[in-house]
Amino acid sequence: MAKGSIVAGCLAPHPPHLVYADNPEQNEPVSEGGWEQLRWGYERLRESLKDVDYDVIVVLSPHWQTYVGTHFIGVEKCSSKSVDPVFPNLFRFNYDLTIDVELARAIHDQAKSEGMSVKMMENPDFRVDYGTIVSCHMVRPEWDKPIVSISSNRSLSYYSVEVMQEMMMELGRSTAKAIEESGKKCVLLASNSLSHRHFVTETNPPEDMSKEHITSHAMHLWDMRMIDLMRSGKSQQIINEMPEFCDQAIAESDGGALTWLLSAMGVPSQPATLHGYGTIIGTGNAIMEWPCHTWGEQ
Amino acid sequence: MSGEIIKSLIVPPHPHPVLCPEKNEGWQKIRDAYDEARRQIEESDADLIIIYSTLWPSVIGHQIQADPNPEWVMVDADFHDLGSIHYSLKIDTDFAHAWNKANISRGLESRTVAYDGFPVDVGSVVALELLNPNNRIPAVICSTNVYSNRAETTVLAKSCLDVIKAQGKKAVAVSVMSLSNRMFTEPIEPHEDRIHSLKDDEWNQKILEFLSEGRLEDIGQLSRTIHDQIRVKKVVAFKPMWWLSAMNENRNDLTGKVLAYEAIHGAGAAVVVLDPQSNGTGDKEYDEDDVDFYGGDRNVLDSSEDEIESTPLNSGPALYDPVEGKTAVNTDKAPKPVGAYPHARREGELIYLSGVGPRQPGDNSIPGGPIKDKAGNPLNYDIKAQTRAVVDNIARILEEAGSSLDNVIDVTSFLVDMDRDFSGYNEVWAETLGKVGPTRTTLAIRALPTPIAVEMKVIAKV
Repeated sequence: MAKGSIVAGCLAPHPPHLVYADNPEQNEPVSEGGWEQLRWGYERLRESLKDVDYDVIVVLSPHWQTYVGTHFIGVEKCSSKSVDPVFPNLFRFNYDLTIDVELARAIHDQAKSEGMSVKMMENPDFRVDYGTIVSCHMVRPEWDKPIVSISSNRSLSYYSVEVMQEMMMELGRSTAKAIEESGKKCVLLASNSLSHRHFVTETNPPEDMSKEHITSHAMHLWDMRMIDLMRSGKSQQIINEMPEFCDQAIAESDGGALTWLLSAMGVPSQPATLHGYGTIIGTGNAIMEWPCHTWGEQ
Repeated sequence: MSGEIIKSLIVPPHPHPVLCPEKNEGWQKIRDAYDEARRQIEESDADLIIIYSTLWPSVIGHQIQADPNPEWVMVDADFHDLGSIHYSLKIDTDFAHAWNKANISRGLESRTVAYDGFPVDVGSVVALELLNPNNRIPAVICSTNVYSNRAETTVLAKSCLDVIKAQGKKAVAVSVMSLSNRMFTEPIEPHEDRIHSLKDDEWNQKILEFLSEGRLEDIGQLSRTIHDQIRVKKVVAFKPMWWLSAMNENRNDLTGKVLAYEAIHGAGAAVVVLDPQSNGTGDKEYDEDDVDFYGGDRNVLDSSEDEIESTPLNSGPALYDPVEGKTAVNTDKAPKPVGAYPHARREGELIYLSGVGPRQPGDNSIPGGPIKDKAGNPLNYDIKAQTRAVVDNIARILEEAGSSLDNVIDVTSFLVDMDRDFSGYNEVWAETLGKVGPTRTTLAIRALPTPIAVEMKVIAKV
């Protein structure tokens, strides 16, 4: 069996606002579009992945929050309705997706063998979190690829950014090893925004772009710095600066997804491609791609 | 009609007491305590259960469940292996909408939610499953805003009390929360469960000592310290104690009883009942600002108000208590007069309002900013924000008189700068009173007693 590989790694934020605009028939029938910069960014990412051969999407979402270790969905067919408890006016999505339980269990087992606290989620009534659904939908709206859904272990909340990063670095290495041994080609998604300070009011309509902007200049500076580091291949620098980033930008990468992604890709020095940046109710969102499938050719 | 809080509860959010109490003696004790609390509610004349859940975070202000019958299957994010809870709840939608409206009238960002499949949080499901099986009493559920501070949380409770009193409800207030919330980060066997650390246990014991003495306000004041000491830094912090304290008018002399205190996967789980009867110790002081209206981090998306925030009025004419009288209509929800007159008078079927400006009750601030500084130098200000505030004040006075904006029949408006402000004023008018359709006269005048740009004189029907 050929070795499996990570063919692309993506920072794929999950604002439900994007799906709201794309799927008005499933949501409030009042959408006037909006957040086009990010929607176009996802279009560019989809175009970039169009000819990439891959079998599975592996996604880590901060909206499946677990405090007792890292969990993996272990139910092959997941079908239900996902309603965002924060923006229920924007996101009510009927999903019917397939989990690659074999790969999920392989990552679980590998991480367990490395001493991590892990658990398979095998309750058929479990509802998949909206972060996972939005990121996967925006990357692959056809839903024709199975996914592996990984929870966000809130180790930062319990301990510190440093502990969170140690755990996510290990989870990343375990993910890469399990993928390699599986023989599968995978696209990895870190489902999180960058700076994460929200506005606490909502315009009417919600997609009124005359009112949308970053919450503060400091948040903007952090977002631009992180994008620059990603674009220049300075992954280790991102990891080094993560404590300050999480603290000062209230960054959603506190959930570990970005660190996990960078670790799984081997903390790459190759540059990432910026497909789009935009703010959603004040939070900073960048769509980035590390085209790992091209690296062997360099 | 006189409503009141007849009982307050603190209950834990974890699913163990519902799904597998038999697996651990402590979990069974929590379940038994839940059952005892349920019996106490059933033996009371309660007609409403109000849930403030720490497991339903919100960003856009506070959200209130208004689906009359939320139904789904709940699975815990961590403890999914314990099983599923099928829930079918009965919500008092009239109360939910009224609370939402009261929130807005007190300056809070607030909305109701009623969506098929909405994921009612595990804490609310557990509490209602055990306290109110079969939906004998209608419930209402409110979120916890991730950014709210004590002022906002206190105002949230006060608007809830407004509605309880207005509707004559006999309400049970329930904070769904852990005490210490540090769980074990590894799976454990049920028999291994204990409070995560001695330090957590000691803090929990101190909290329970205060609660058993009915000292709810003291717990509210210690809330930030408690959160720092024994709480994982979840976004919702230790806010439910602020809410529950405010729901009990920040008293320290309630009658409290701890029905159970045990560990659930390391966290401190307690069932506590607080009755409003005084325990006889005498009340203590309440030494934080007793906020009635929220004027904080709102409208930040409105570009015109980004630069012009609500500014406290620190100078200007003296303020008076509204003049009382047989036909006078006065309210704490409107700004104090700048002279000896009432907010309004009701004569027959008509209500005559004194001139109403945009100043805010409580802190006397001016939404949109004052038109000049203390030295008399002109300032930039937002006429639309001022006009909206005027209309809100009119609504509050009319509500006190038993009327509403819908019954306004004639308005005389005064602008200090017709050229600058007419357009913005007119825009807000069209969005508000313009939809009601009273007759209107708009006059330009040289000045008003306080540094405001707009005032309205109103006549309405009862």
